[in-house]
Amino acid sequence: MTLFLSYLINGISLGSVYAIIALGYTMVYGIAKMLNFAHGDVIMIGAYISFCATQYMGMPAIVSVLMAMAVCTVLGIVIEGLAYRPLRQAASLAVLITAIGVSYFLQNMALLIWGANPKSFSSVFDVGSISLFSGKLLISSETILTVLANIVIMIALTLFTGKTKIGKAMRAVSEDKGAAELMGINVNATISMTFAIGSALAAIAGVLLCSAYPTLQPTTGSMPGIKAFTAAVFGGIGSIPGAMIGGLLLGVIEILGKAYVSTELGDAFVFAVLIVVLLVKPTGLLGKQVHEKV
Amino acid sequence: MKKLNKTTKSNFITYAIVILAFIICQSLISAGSMTRSLKGQLVPICVYIVMAVSLNLTVGISGELSLGHAGFMSVGAFAGIVFSAWAQAALGIENTIVRLLLCMVIGGIFAGIAGVLIGIPVLRLRGDYLAIVTLAFGEIIRNVFNCLYISLIPGSVQYVADAANPEVFTKTQVLDRLNIAFNTTPNADWNIIVNGPAGATGVTKIATFTVGFALILFTLVVVLNLINSRSGRAIMAIRDNRIAAESMGINVTKYKMMAFVTSAVLAGMAGALYGLNYSTVTASKFKFDTSITVLVFVVLGGIGNIRGSIIAATLLTVLPEMLRAFSDYRMLIYAIVLIVVMLATNSPQIRQLVERIIPKRRKAGKEGEAA
Repeated sequence: MTLFLSYLINGISLGSVYAIIALGYTMVYGIAKMLNFAHGDVIMIGAYISFCATQYMGMPAIVSVLMAMAVCTVLGIVIEGLAYRPLRQAASLAVLITAIGVSYFLQNMALLIWGANPKSFSSVFDVGSISLFSGKLLISSETILTVLANIVIMIALTLFTGKTKIGKAMRAVSEDKGAAELMGINVNATISMTFAIGSALAAIAGVLLCSAYPTLQPTTGSMPGIKAFTAAVFGGIGSIPGAMIGGLLLGVIEILGKAYVSTELGDAFVFAVLIVVLLVKPTGLLGKQVHEKV
Repeated sequence: MKKLNKTTKSNFITYAIVILAFIICQSLISAGSMTRSLKGQLVPICVYIVMAVSLNLTVGISGELSLGHAGFMSVGAFAGIVFSAWAQAALGIENTIVRLLLCMVIGGIFAGIAGVLIGIPVLRLRGDYLAIVTLAFGEIIRNVFNCLYISLIPGSVQYVADAANPEVFTKTQVLDRLNIAFNTTPNADWNIIVNGPAGATGVTKIATFTVGFALILFTLVVVLNLINSRSGRAIMAIRDNRIAAESMGINVTKYKMMAFVTSAVLAGMAGALYGLNYSTVTASKFKFDTSITVLVFVVLGGIGNIRGSIIAATLLTVLPEMLRAFSDYRMLIYAIVLIVVMLATNSPQIRQLVERIIPKRRKAGKEGEAA
């Protein structure tokens, strides 16, 4: 029983990271209607920045996270401005391939800068752990922090999109770009803002991910990125609570699948879930049904 | 030549280029002036050309972005390797060319089955969802091959006592059988063909350049004829406007499936050729990266342009070999080229800029738009 609980807690911890990444995916998809394949690599860059800040510059943990967020925010805005903005009117295939190009670019830049050898990421939040059931169940501080961060981000984002002017502008742009422009909303700035927020979240996710799984290499971000997109689709793309639910469920499914069925097939489970969800409910768990117009 | 219409002429040029390239390569080989490393690249080039052309059928002609093409390649590769070992042991087919051709057919059939299984759910989805699900399938297939153990149980001659007359024994030949295990290591007495994460080891290399060339020709015949047929026009109509095509009475699922499965079969055949060109083949050779590499060939060659795919696949397979010194920057250059090509061909501002600088490029720009 305690074993199951510890798997469940691991799953929730991993799922929280997926949820934070998925939030970035879902916001960008909701507003720009594009699959930002490079999002996973922004996570990796964020983790590397945090790693360098703590390891080489001796910065405290919280400063390293803030630095990673700052760098990733700028990176997100630059990527959007240089690679995606010129293709606003282009076919979705073109945008997707460009995003794949950006993803490869970031990975190979990281490969050139930091080398292919995996770096061992020392946890930035090591403040001990809670033990329950007389030491049988250990909950690490990273787990607690990840879950807390997830909840805080989730609430903050919901309030942000619901209450603030920029948040409302985001929702308006995702609903109808043309109409939003007529209402005096600066569409380009709003999309840039979305990328900035998504990338800042990716930086946090990168640090959290590497605190839990401490090997850092240029390809670290790609698999979690793809899985987080799966989570976003699972929960209903474009929906913020959906991303959270999707992320958590996916994390739990992955860990339980790995623990009880087969270690090798853990990833296969995640993708099988995606396929089943898309077949049964193509809009995802909390997605809105969009009617097709001729 | 006057009677031939434009597409026929264009197709003939494509065939001519391929045949000419084959003749040049063969004469270089017989003259002994081809380097060893380049000779080793000949079969992979053939494989990648077939992969690119078949992916172009899905991406360019059918307009569905597939990110799991390497998955079909791996199905073909493993099916081909297993069949090759079994055919040699059980059926005693020693002629390598016959065995290779049979392996390619088997690889194609298995990949085609995978294509049907994947196509049924996938083609119900649209756009980015389809891309992500094909990606997911590619990863699932790779994961499954990592857990697959296939071994050959050696055949034997058995003497079975006749029930009515116990003195008489009838001789029965038990053929070599295949044992397929999942996640469990097989009996050590059997000949292991596919050994889980270690992949297929001890494969007899029977792939040849000539067969690769034949496969390219076969692929071209299939794809070019499909494009210029009634079905091909239906597929392209669905790509350009699904709703309009549907209202003209075109069966969307049927034609999408036709393109998708044809593409999968060709990728499986290429996979079988690829698998039998190496002594060791692991599932990690068919990662997401491989799918992307093939996609890059298609994009750089021109989406929907078959001849472009052939040229891009050839150049981009040979170039890295020649640019060994810059191998660190190879993928970076790849990525930059990919982004720049996409921006240059799809961004209206950049296209206008190019037209302003080089007015003559106007026609080329319009052609790009049409493609």
